Amino acid sequence: MSLIFAIFLPILVAIVIPFLFKKISSIHTGWFVLIVPVVLVGHYVTYISAIMDGTTYIDKFEWIPSLDISVVSYIDGLSLLFSLLITGIGALVVLYSVFYLDKDREKLGNFYVYLLLFMSAMLGVVQSDHLISLYFFWELTSISSFLLIGYWYTKDRSRFGALKSMMITVFGGLMMLGGFVLLGIMGETFSIRELIEQAPTLVGQEFFILALVLVLIGAFTKSAQFPFYIWLPDAMEAPTPVSAYLHSATMVKAGLYLVARFTPIFALSEVWVWLVTGVGLLTLLWGSFFAVKQTDLKAILAFSTVSQLGLIMSLLGIGSISYHVTGDLVTIFTFASFAAIFHLMNHATFKGSLFMIAGIVDHETGTRDIRKLGGLMSLMPISFTIAMIGSFSMAGIPLFNGFLSKEMFLDATLSLQHFNVHSLESWWMLFPIVAWIASVFTFVYSLYFVLHTFRGKYKPDLLPKKAHEAPIGMLISPAVLAVLVIIIFFVPNYFGNTFIKPAVAAIQPLAYKVPADVGFHIKAWHGFDSIALYMTLGVFLIGFLLYKSIAKWTPIYGMLPARMSLNGFYDWLMNLSDKGANRLSSSYMTGSIRSYLIYMFAAVIALLAFTMWTKDAFVINLTNLAPIQFFEILISVVLIISTITILVTKSRLTAIISLGAVGYTVALFYIIFKAPDLALTQLVIETVSVALFLGAFYHLPKMDKYEKGKEDRLFRLNNFLIALGVGVMVSLIAIASHSQKLVKSISEYYKETVYSEAGGGNIVNVILVDYRGFDTLFEISVLTIASLGIIGMITVRLAKKKGDRKVENK
Amino acid sequence: MKTNDLIIQTTTKVVFFIIFLFSIHIFFAGHYTPGGGFVGGLVMSSAIVLLMLAFDLKTVRDMLPFNYTVITAIGLLISLLTAAGSIYFNVPFFTHVYDYFNLPLLGETSIHTAMFFDTGVYLVVVGVTMNIIQMIGGDE
Amino acid sequence: MEILMSILIGFLFMAAVYLILSRSLLRIIIGTGLLSHGTHLLLLTMGGLGGESAPVLADGITDYVDPLPQALILTAIVISFGVTAFSLVLAYRAYKVVGTDNMDLMKGNEDND
Repeated sequence: MSLIFAIFLPILVAIVIPFLFKKISSIHTGWFVLIVPVVLVGHYVTYISAIMDGTTYIDKFEWIPSLDISVVSYIDGLSLLFSLLITGIGALVVLYSVFYLDKDREKLGNFYVYLLLFMSAMLGVVQSDHLISLYFFWELTSISSFLLIGYWYTKDRSRFGALKSMMITVFGGLMMLGGFVLLGIMGETFSIRELIEQAPTLVGQEFFILALVLVLIGAFTKSAQFPFYIWLPDAMEAPTPVSAYLHSATMVKAGLYLVARFTPIFALSEVWVWLVTGVGLLTLLWGSFFAVKQTDLKAILAFSTVSQLGLIMSLLGIGSISYHVTGDLVTIFTFASFAAIFHLMNHATFKGSLFMIAGIVDHETGTRDIRKLGGLMSLMPISFTIAMIGSFSMAGIPLFNGFLSKEMFLDATLSLQHFNVHSLESWWMLFPIVAWIASVFTFVYSLYFVLHTFRGKYKPDLLPKKAHEAPIGMLISPAVLAVLVIIIFFVPNYFGNTFIKPAVAAIQPLAYKVPADVGFHIKAWHGFDSIALYMTLGVFLIGFLLYKSIAKWTPIYGMLPARMSLNGFYDWLMNLSDKGANRLSSSYMTGSIRSYLIYMFAAVIALLAFTMWTKDAFVINLTNLAPIQFFEILISVVLIISTITILVTKSRLTAIISLGAVGYTVALFYIIFKAPDLALTQLVIETVSVALFLGAFYHLPKMDKYEKGKEDRLFRLNNFLIALGVGVMVSLIAIASHSQKLVKSISEYYKETVYSEAGGGNIVNVILVDYRGFDTLFEISVLTIASLGIIGMITVRLAKKKGDRKVENK
Repeated sequence: MKTNDLIIQTTTKVVFFIIFLFSIHIFFAGHYTPGGGFVGGLVMSSAIVLLMLAFDLKTVRDMLPFNYTVITAIGLLISLLTAAGSIYFNVPFFTHVYDYFNLPLLGETSIHTAMFFDTGVYLVVVGVTMNIIQMIGGDE
Repeated sequence: MEILMSILIGFLFMAAVYLILSRSLLRIIIGTGLLSHGTHLLLLTMGGLGGESAPVLADGITDYVDPLPQALILTAIVISFGVTAFSLVLAYRAYKVVGTDNMDLMKGNEDND
């Protein structure tokens, strides 16, 4: 199976999903869908051992060769890890959704099409080596996320959340595209690998920082970093499998992937280091602080996700310091990259299981409001066990994988003391302190989440449904993840060697040639001289005290003004652009065809005049003119008089006959200018046209001149000026085009070949039926359509009048 | 509306056939001298319009009981098939051929596939024009 | 002659645009008719008015007028007939249904779009 095919496999399967859903209603569509991620996991697993040895794979598909745009699938440690996460968690989520979504009530066809679309898009993001195709897949994830959040589109909140996530992530995506284009121009290539090789020469370039910031905005919006995180809590309106999949395990990690992938290019700039680290830590603190305030189970998890993403982001930032130091210090900082990837993997396991548990609680009790929940431990023991494993891991308690990576994170922030630039020595402490405070809040909300739901008093009267344990199938997926949480704690180095080291080698190509060079060893116990140990103990102590006194200090959240919030800003901005766009378009879209015609004519005048002026197109050439004869002047005068008659007459009949007169004089012109076919046609058609007008005469309105009054003087002047402008422009063009012949006419060819090739004598007719027969074919088709239209307009009404046929008339 | 215009009606009966023959003539002559499907069709339509002016719509409809929509469709089909026919002989769409034949009574005549195409045009023009006029005239 | 024709064409266009911008439906249709006449003459003039003979092969003549504009115009004449007929019917049907032929009164607004 080629790598490109693997990326597109989910989309290809998605095509048949709606038919399966329609035709086979007895089997849940999810079972068919499940095959796709399972097959893909099997496929990607086969690459593991080779990737561990440092091999990379590449597969290329020329998409738009003329623009040098191709879909390139590049598999190295980083993209393989992500691909396995996407397909692995994807398989579990699909399995979970089979039990979560009812096959008779839900529109499963839509759901799985979106989900498979997302899977393809996400695989494309993490495997693309070409910036433009990366961008393409990136936006595709935004779109599929939009569709999935809005899956229950009858709910206002769903639509609002879907639109919000779309606005913010697509905004970021467009910024990122700008950054990509700048990079592509600076490096003269769109290939990420080639850009990485050029990184040292790119740093000094003028637009390097701008490109860096733009790409980071893309990553920050996608990974819900401060201040763009506001879309993520609203995205929780999506069905829970989607939240577990897109909004905790995979899509929101696309930003992290992007940062990791671009580290070798951008890390050479210190702006990158401080932006990534700073924004990451701020997001970590902000998210964990506000998670405690939430009352909705999924909202707690959403803020927790925001904060954990910040944690990984800051680790990636610290890891990129390794590009600025030498000697032993390099390993101290590459350790942060190692920790980042490790925590990324851990987070996918414990957060995925927690989301699924939140979904189960919602499914079995009918509410996600933590104030109504409590005491579910005895009713849902398995769910409780899984939730406890997940939460404790999130809180960083030993025996669960979160403890390992949380320790490594604290270690990494402490390592900042070795980075002695910009007199950092005095305030490097800030970073570990922020990290520590955030860890305390993380501990608090983790306990809050699990204990308030499952312990305490059972309140059956507040619950819409009678609580009971979920069906076994629904528990499989979270249970698998929970088991992984524990396994990773006990054999972390197996996972470290298999997945993390190859990924780190991809982020830190300067420090490590092959994955085996990454010499880190994960251990739970660092000895008593480890500062991180005491920090962790402090987190447990203070966190537990804060949890116990939670009711006493939560009122401080109420002190923050709601209007000043980021959400308020978003609403204000949307409202403003909505109203502004409305006002703008209603100012010129008057609904009157006259206005539109005026725009068109004015544009014609302006554009033609401008072009003539700037290109010096107006040439008057008085040689080579045909002589003027007396009857030509006579016909011209007749033409002018008839036209003026049309303009001034108040009688319909006069106007129609004058129009006919104009037509006949035009026919006379054709005779003078030696166009017998035209003259013949014009004469007959004018006759038929007059007959037509007279036939319609009975139905036609009286030709009132609505603009005859004095108050309409301005109206008439306006029309006259535009008409004059058009007339003058056309005259000028006629003169100019006659005065210069820029290209040779094809007519000479026609004249030469008409007898020898086409076997005809009348060149005009031969052009019509032979040389340009296609035109004529279309022309008679247009005529047919026009006549059918006329028949429609007349007979449909007749039928309605008779009442023998119902006609939809809106 | 019943008119009783004996002179115009009698004349029209004669003139109609003259115009009709003329339309056939310019149609066939079109490849070598001015004329062709468009003009021929229009002349034919004007002959029928003349009939309508002399008699009334209903009488003309009884005289020439054609369904003009069908005529239009047939014309369009002839044109399209002529154009597409060339594909059958493995030459590009719209390739025309011609040759000279000795026909009884007419002597040496050239037969040109473009003429079939033009026949289609002729029929479409007649069909469309008459359809429109009949529709507008018959609308009460 | 070409200069005279150019001015004549400009005049036809001017009249046509003036009629099209008016409020009465019938005047708009007549305006489009004039506009197509103007366009046909414009095409013819742009091709050049010189040339000895009509573009029909005859022995001993080599200087034909340009046949291409004529072919284009022939197509355009028939099409504009179709368009005029169509808009004519559209106009009087609209007049019957709406009850006015004043373009300002016929315009769609928020209530009936």
